[in-house]
Amino acid sequence: MATDTAAIAGAPRPAQRDIPHTVSPGLWTLAWRRLRADKVGMVSLAIVLAFIVMMILSGLGLIASDWQREVGVNYAPPTFLGPEAPATPAPEAVVPRTAAPAGSNYQSKIVDPIGDVIASLKAGKVPGGPLPPETAEEKSVDPLADVMSEIRADKQVEAKAEHRVRLATLPFGGDKWGRDVLKKTIKGSETSIFVGIASAVVATFIGTLLGALAGYYGAKVDDFLNWFYSVFSSMPPLLLILAVAAVLQHKGIVTIILILGLTGWTGVFRLIRAEYLKHKAREYVQAADAIGASNARRMFVHIFPNVSHVVLVQLSILVVGFIKAEVILSFLGFGVPVDVVSWGSMLNEAQNELILGKWWQLVAAGTAMALLVTAFSIFTDSLRDALDPRLKGRTGA
Amino acid sequence: MGAYIFRRLWQMIPTMLGVVLLVFFLFNWVGGDPAYVLAGKISNQEQIDNIRRQLGIDQPYYIQLGIFVKQIVTGNFGASWSTNERVSHILITRLGPSLTILVPLLILDTLISIALALAVAYVRGSLTDRLVMIVCTVGLSVSILVYIIVFQYVFAYKLGWFPVQGWGDGFWHNLVVYASLPILIGLVVSIAPDLRLFRTFILDEINQDYVRTGRAKGVSENRVMWVHVLRNASIPIITNLMSSLPGLLLGSFLIERFFSIPGIGREVILAVERSDFPVIKAITVYVAFATILTNLLADLTYKAVDPRVQLK
Repeated sequence: MATDTAAIAGAPRPAQRDIPHTVSPGLWTLAWRRLRADKVGMVSLAIVLAFIVMMILSGLGLIASDWQREVGVNYAPPTFLGPEAPATPAPEAVVPRTAAPAGSNYQSKIVDPIGDVIASLKAGKVPGGPLPPETAEEKSVDPLADVMSEIRADKQVEAKAEHRVRLATLPFGGDKWGRDVLKKTIKGSETSIFVGIASAVVATFIGTLLGALAGYYGAKVDDFLNWFYSVFSSMPPLLLILAVAAVLQHKGIVTIILILGLTGWTGVFRLIRAEYLKHKAREYVQAADAIGASNARRMFVHIFPNVSHVVLVQLSILVVGFIKAEVILSFLGFGVPVDVVSWGSMLNEAQNELILGKWWQLVAAGTAMALLVTAFSIFTDSLRDALDPRLKGRTGA
Repeated sequence: MGAYIFRRLWQMIPTMLGVVLLVFFLFNWVGGDPAYVLAGKISNQEQIDNIRRQLGIDQPYYIQLGIFVKQIVTGNFGASWSTNERVSHILITRLGPSLTILVPLLILDTLISIALALAVAYVRGSLTDRLVMIVCTVGLSVSILVYIIVFQYVFAYKLGWFPVQGWGDGFWHNLVVYASLPILIGLVVSIAPDLRLFRTFILDEINQDYVRTGRAKGVSENRVMWVHVLRNASIPIITNLMSSLPGLLLGSFLIERFFSIPGIGREVILAVERSDFPVIKAITVYVAFATILTNLLADLTYKAVDPRVQLK
């Protein structure tokens, strides 16, 4: 096969060269042209891409990797508001973090007095004063000696950090411990977008594979997979997600991707199955059969490219839904672990901060998410219009 | 008709069995051994064996499945693992508050969405239409969490128009005092997607020949929109509403949690937090059954609204 093509390429036929021929544009070229003409679609694509670039940079540790550093005073307001009036607990900035709540009665009224300690414990930090120095004896008996020395090293770094002058304001404000909300938002977008995209890929893969099998083979396979589909789709998605979350005690990003991916494939399945039913009777598939293509080859090499635009649009719709779902799950504490920041966990912190009048974290996380989701939904509509102009004007369900 | 309903009911059995199997698989197999969770940190083998015997999980899987099916049929799921309250009692008492929020929400949402959708579809393509659609798209993108947090803070905490949270005894008292803000938030969240969707359904009808015929014979614009177009557009609208019913029962779980309303949705969250398997199992299975039944109901309503539909 390969040698044949090489032979043809090696012996150019001059007659063909002279004829001006235009290659008819394929589906993707046409779709790209239509998308390019859609200004709103292109703007939203740019926003989505900007978010994805931000996610990748943050994932590589190039930006916002030091989001846990306490760079500002507690609840540092956003820069455009200017520093807070002296009534605010400015001295707290020099007091070690863990002692802060006891010293400030305005907080202890509303906030759990040991809330900070617990939170810092959760965040993997060790509260309290300097740890006693390590002895050789301790090292020989204590199996945790290595861990302890690591913690000590951390404490020393932190002790140095404590002397650093804390900023009175931060670009997007600071949180309870003076961490930069802008950096948290960037880091949070990494988690939320990654979970959204990864679980959408898992769900689309499952849905496409099962849909292809059901639609292509029909008969018993179709009956079985349809039954499987009806079982999954007869449960409200959130209930199914919560039930799986209840069973899987292990928290983590992989867990949440699996939960969303394993429960969210039904919509893709229904559409892809219908597409395969339609396509398997077409002439090009019969032709593929005639030249001896195997079932798998017919399914994934011949038919799949013809339904791939449906897959792509479904993937895009799922990403939006899963980003929203991840935020809710993380907010409830069923999502990412406590030491990982996501927009959901930021909203959770912001809920209590709002009562103290510190609204910036809520606005930062809420706006970042709304911007991404708006851009992604508009882009999805544009993408669908570009790939399938017959559907133009319909808004997604 | 009777034969159709009977056949549909018959066809439901495999799906219901599938749901039972799925839930069983999740909680009795993937979930691991709950005895260790229940016995707590300080426990000995004897205690664990006792608990296992009580729960019946020392039995082979097929007997456990039998127990589970019996629980579903009789509605007797035993007691909650964390509060020791009977699961059947939990379900019955939590249903009322959920419905107090959901029924008014559903009625108001449907009426407002349909009226607005008719209005914007009538002026389709105009600036008003485009603005409403933009507001809907942006409104949809803001997390429901943000709506709840902000509304609760502004209207209840700051302005004091509503109680911050809570639930009382009398139905009317609850509806007027405690349910109003949750219903308002529910409306804000649900009108945006419904309006967008209903608008497309109405746009599909508005260009049909019968609309032109109606206008040609002098039917008033109001009658064209509210009677002719709405009657035809109501078929997908009703199907859509019916299919969203069971989800609604849980859909407001965040609202119930924020406002401390003792409903089904809040119960699910509490149960997940406490690993209270009997409660989650019961709610999951019954809500799934309710969904399967409403699907049938949706098809029957479909037939009632549109006589052309042939039930097969």
